[in-house]
Amino acid sequence: MRPFSFTKIDNAANALAAKKEKSQFIAGGTNLVDLMKKNIAQPEQVLDVTTALSSEIEDFTKGIRIGAMARNSALTTNAIVLEKYPLVSKAVLAGASPQIRNMASTAGNLLQRTRCPYFYDVTTACNKRKPNSGCSALEGENRMSAVIGYSEQCVAVHPSDLCVALAALDAKVNIENSKNKKSVISFGDFHRLPGNEPNRDNNLPENALITSVEIPSNGFQKHSAYLKIRDRDSYAFALVSVAAALELQGTRIVAARLASGGVAHKPWRWYDAEAFLKGKEATAANFSEAANIAVQDLKPLAHNGFKKEMLQGAIATALQQCLTV
Amino acid sequence: MSKESTYSRRAFLKASGAFVMLASIPYSLKAMYVDVDKLTVVPKQALSITVSINKKSYSVPADTRTTLLDLLREELHLTGAKKGCDHGQCGACTVHVDGERVLSCLTLSAMIQGKEVTTIEGLADGEKLHPMQQAFIECDGFQCGYCTPGQIMSAVACVKEGHTGSVAEIKEFMSGNLCRCGAYNGIVQSIQKVANA
Repeated sequence: MRPFSFTKIDNAANALAAKKEKSQFIAGGTNLVDLMKKNIAQPEQVLDVTTALSSEIEDFTKGIRIGAMARNSALTTNAIVLEKYPLVSKAVLAGASPQIRNMASTAGNLLQRTRCPYFYDVTTACNKRKPNSGCSALEGENRMSAVIGYSEQCVAVHPSDLCVALAALDAKVNIENSKNKKSVISFGDFHRLPGNEPNRDNNLPENALITSVEIPSNGFQKHSAYLKIRDRDSYAFALVSVAAALELQGTRIVAARLASGGVAHKPWRWYDAEAFLKGKEATAANFSEAANIAVQDLKPLAHNGFKKEMLQGAIATALQQCLTV
Repeated sequence: MSKESTYSRRAFLKASGAFVMLASIPYSLKAMYVDVDKLTVVPKQALSITVSINKKSYSVPADTRTTLLDLLREELHLTGAKKGCDHGQCGACTVHVDGERVLSCLTLSAMIQGKEVTTIEGLADGEKLHPMQQAFIECDGFQCGYCTPGQIMSAVACVKEGHTGSVAEIKEFMSGNLCRCGAYNGIVQSIQKVANA
């Protein structure tokens, strides 16, 4: 780890004022400290924002506002989340371990880096870690890599479970910049596809930080599911994951949401499958057809062809689970 | 000395000579300088860290890079919390900060100033073992013992959080602690024993 100065900051404006080119904000530290140990992140200044940002989870008329510092574990016990946005809690519980969930922040979860093994191995080429050095995963060990939305430059996937639920629920990311200006980025626009700049994971401007995440109120309280398929039962990153949510009138689907993790550089929404389900009956046949529609555009790499069938099954199963949980 | 003399012919020749020399340094050498510059490291920075561990207050100078795990083991010689992977994958370093289980290997010491840390050393009441420590002995909850401090700290939190409703729930909420000897059944039994006591 490279030496760095450490400063505790007491509010967002001061955090942004103190930020220099080689500064990093630290919240939970569960990803950043690891990256610093491996010399992938080499900040010269670490700014502790744990008391600078809100950890409140507030219910307001149009939705819920989750403070940037709300711990992942808080999202699994908060009464409002459990009652009105259970999909969020289900997704968080599918990720990491209790210890890490106690540490990790909401904003940090959005900003965590990929777990592509080549990104972590500094002896290999990786365009995300070192632009223009090449992508080792493209022709290498790419069993865990993307199946859609990737580029020749990068086939890494976004590792978060929480973000898959937030994508499904059309969340908004509230940010503040160094001129005290507040703005909003819709969740679908927050994370990026790799394109020619895989070193950029998201569209958060350089001199800005996340202050909170909002989820608009919705009709998915009763019917949602998060299905995560991984190499072991718990505490592993997704091979594929599915966040599914249905709003039903009797047995008819009024609105449907489907998003996946483990498939792309950003949490991936299956808009065509959602559009197919809208207005249909909530039957196994329709769920199966929605799954077929979702996977038709996948372009698996040499070692992850299995993800197509796995995802197809996972989508149909997650939709079915919406009816029972 | 007159003002003109400071701009002497000699000084002019020296300056332009230096300029020509600088310009004639091959590009590769400059590139090398940039690479070498990357290797220069900012000097290490120390902090005085004040923290309460097992209800005892400590004030220790430490490098900003020191993790809580290294602070405990290397500076304070509290070697109960173990370094397994040092990357947050095994749970051997689990301790409680303000009553919640966290990974000390991914926690910077500077971030726990003013907080209350409990390690395995702080669990027993004098010579009397904590019920979870006793249960691990009675239920064969360990073999080599390396992961045990982390397992016990996590197990105590697991009971406190109320995640002991079924074997499946215990396993799910203990999944952040790996045991290479495979004492998992004994660990689950220990937790059930304490939860049902």
